[in-house]
Amino acid sequence: MAETMLELDKVNTFYGKAHILHDLSFKVAPGEVVALLGRNGAGKTTTMRTIMQLARPRAGSVQFEGADITRLATHKVAQAGIGYVPEERRIFGDLTVMENLEVGRQPVRDGLPAWTVEHLFELFPNLAERAGNRGKQMSGGEQQMLTIARTLMGNPKLLLLDEPSEGIAPVIVEQMAQTLLEIKAKGLTVLLSEQNLHFARIVADRAIIIEGGSAVFDSTFEDLESHPEIRDQYLSV
Amino acid sequence: MSFYFAQFLTGLSSASSLFLVACGLSLIFGVTRVVNFAHGSFYMLGAYVAYSLVQVVPGSILGFWGSVLAAALIVALVGVLVEMLILKRIYNAPELYQLVATFGVVLLMQDAILLIFGGEDQFGPRAPGLDGVVRIFGEPIPEYDLLLIALGPIVLGVMWLLLNRTRWGILVRAATLDREMVAALGVNQSWLFTTVFFLGSFLAGLGGALQVPRVSINLLMDLSIIAEAFVVVVIGGMGSIPGAFIAALLIGELNAFGVLVLPQATIVLAFVVMAVVLVIRPYGLLGKAETLAHSAGQVELPIRPASTLAKSVAGLLLAGLVVMPFLAGEFAIVLATDVLIFALFAASLHFIMSNGGMVSFGHAAYFGLGAYGAAFVIKYAGGSMELALLAAPLMAAAGALVFGWFCVRLSGVYMAMLTLAAAQIVWSTAFQWQDLTGGDDGLLGIWPSEWAKSKTAYYYLALVLCGGGILAMRRMIFSPFGYTLRGGRDNPNRTESIGINLRHHQWAAFIVAGMFAGIAGGVYVFSKGSIFPDEAAIPRSVDALVMVLLGGVQTLSGPVVGAGVFRLLEDEISRLDYWRAILGAIIIAIVVIAPEGIAGFIKKIAIKAGFERNEEQSS
Ligand SMILES: Nc1ncnc2c1ncn2[C@@H]1O[C@H](COP(=O)(O)OP(=O)(O)OP(=O)(O)O)[C@@H](O)[C@H]1O
Ligand SMILES: [Mg+2]
Repeated sequence: MAETMLELDKVNTFYGKAHILHDLSFKVAPGEVVALLGRNGAGKTTTMRTIMQLARPRAGSVQFEGADITRLATHKVAQAGIGYVPEERRIFGDLTVMENLEVGRQPVRDGLPAWTVEHLFELFPNLAERAGNRGKQMSGGEQQMLTIARTLMGNPKLLLLDEPSEGIAPVIVEQMAQTLLEIKAKGLTVLLSEQNLHFARIVADRAIIIEGGSAVFDSTFEDLESHPEIRDQYLSV
Repeated sequence: MSFYFAQFLTGLSSASSLFLVACGLSLIFGVTRVVNFAHGSFYMLGAYVAYSLVQVVPGSILGFWGSVLAAALIVALVGVLVEMLILKRIYNAPELYQLVATFGVVLLMQDAILLIFGGEDQFGPRAPGLDGVVRIFGEPIPEYDLLLIALGPIVLGVMWLLLNRTRWGILVRAATLDREMVAALGVNQSWLFTTVFFLGSFLAGLGGALQVPRVSINLLMDLSIIAEAFVVVVIGGMGSIPGAFIAALLIGELNAFGVLVLPQATIVLAFVVMAVVLVIRPYGLLGKAETLAHSAGQVELPIRPASTLAKSVAGLLLAGLVVMPFLAGEFAIVLATDVLIFALFAASLHFIMSNGGMVSFGHAAYFGLGAYGAAFVIKYAGGSMELALLAAPLMAAAGALVFGWFCVRLSGVYMAMLTLAAAQIVWSTAFQWQDLTGGDDGLLGIWPSEWAKSKTAYYYLALVLCGGGILAMRRMIFSPFGYTLRGGRDNPNRTESIGINLRHHQWAAFIVAGMFAGIAGGVYVFSKGSIFPDEAAIPRSVDALVMVLLGGVQTLSGPVVGAGVFRLLEDEISRLDYWRAILGAIIIAIVVIAPEGIAGFIKKIAIKAGFERNEEQSS
């Protein structure tokens, strides 16, 4: 790994008095797709919120493309080129599909293909049919597509996807995996959190397992497969 | 028939003015969640600035409309200034802090306008080119009114286009739904909020400027319009602009026709309608359930019985209060009596706020009811002071019983708004029901019984009643009743699921708080010898909030400390010119600098110094 796009260095995050992330450190290289694995409550969402500075780490630092983004305002983190797709999707329910996409729109960044509404509708054909519908009228799967499309409108360099396969029908999950591979082929770097090991293995190059707010495993999926005891210990399969 | 039509048009034209103001208020609330008391001040400022500009520019059509627009723009800039200097610092604080801070702005603006424009009522010239009347069905209708009637729908249309057809509008609507997500998508909320304040204040300024040819411009415009605008916003649904339009029509027409039917009760009527609407549709006509803005959620500190240190301080304080009259002069005794009364008043508000999580913006209602209840016994029943002091809590509790039934059905800002409406009902009744209350002239000559006539004797009476009231409420806080209330505050669903009727408990707490506020009101009226409607007005309610905040919401001793500091402060500065501005500045400074209040601040220092246990570590 020559370059580093994202680096967490001994990050400690709290919710009030509860200490959630303990000296969490890992790196993501440009063009990589990394899966963040771990049980419910392991700290995956908190990790993503910490990167976005939606949860402020009390100690440690987050570096993006060599710049320290710790304690930056959330919108500045997004403007720096990190796109966040939250676990709960958080579609703007009263806004139409087109308006949801508009909120996500940001200027094009150099060195990256610019996403347009047309591209996104090709990637997610379901959305095209429902362009005028309000967010709250969409199914769970459609909302998941919309929230990814909305974030892509910001032309991010790094995409944070929090459990994209959660609560989605298996067929759609397959479709989603294909879509993610397409996104990856466009040169995006992705950090996704997953509980669905099968899904993660299709799209990701590397696995990081979080347990109790620390990284306990960081290697390839082949490596993970050759150590079934790790899988049994940290992942609920 | 034609008369009624004319009346209908009058209603429409005042509805338009009301809509301009309410629309900005609703927009600001929808996006920033700030309940902006200063919005009425922006309206008043718009009127004064436009009036002054019209005086200096030649009386041409261009000059008039240029002045109106310039006034609105100046007000918009003042609004942006207020947002950037004050509100930006407290967006993450609870709503109450923002409300109190904006009330600080109200006070500042009152004095600023007084200083710049003078205090006399002003009558502006007619609008050039629109100074005639049009005959419709034989009735003369001012041309200017017709213009206003058209302006309402035009502004509604422009707002709709802005919100639905521009990127700015889409961002604003998204931010109304989920601020955090909007930021995560790279939108600078701070900038968005400032633009919203710009537009909202512009509309308020425009609304005010357009009044110049219609009504007299005076220093009471701010609070009278803000109360009405709140009613409109709440009826329409907070954050909904079409809702505000419908509600403005409703209230405009209600005023126009109400004045024919019940001329003494026009103000009351609007608030009654609001209460009825809220009971039927708790979030207003077109409003939505309050979306909890995704935030980390503040954890309230658990309330603990007093530590030994705190007990000894309280003991010392009590001893000091008992011997005080032997050491101090009459003036100090009167002031101390005042402090006691307001300590009880503030403690009663603190009781529902900290334990029940219910914020009342209209607690003065019960203070006023108590005071009037006592005064009625003396004036109309020929009763004694003792009987009157019994009637005070009864009257206040009866008021709290009725209003509370409505209020506990709602939560958050809607509840707060309904408490405000309740207080406005009490205030306007006191103000308009001349025969009973003497209206603005008040009721005079309400003096204590012979044995309590001396300042010292009355001080001891106040000490017993108010001190006793405060201690009684403290007891309740540590009773099962208090624990249930706090349980409901922190986790309403769990409390309900274990079979407790939370609403009944909240209602009971509301009545208890009203009753103790009533005692404070009763003691107050005999200490002053008179009672005026002001005692139930918005500023008095805000006083109570400020005292609680000053002391610290999370601190049990807070209201007592807050009341003491506030009354002494007020006493010091009320002798100065521009004391309102000074008080306003102090209020803003406290909210921005020491949001944990004085008692909270001292407690923090005590914890640091090791005198008090630190809850954070022990649990
Ligand atoms: N707002 C909060 N306040 C307090 N504790 C929280 C909060 N949010 C999460 N936690 C706690 O932080 C820990 C980590 O939560 P997090 O949401 O990061 O886990 P996760 O790995 O994303 O789990 P899941 O797979 O269920 O989404 C959990 O123990 C959770 O209970
Ligand atoms: Mg999660």
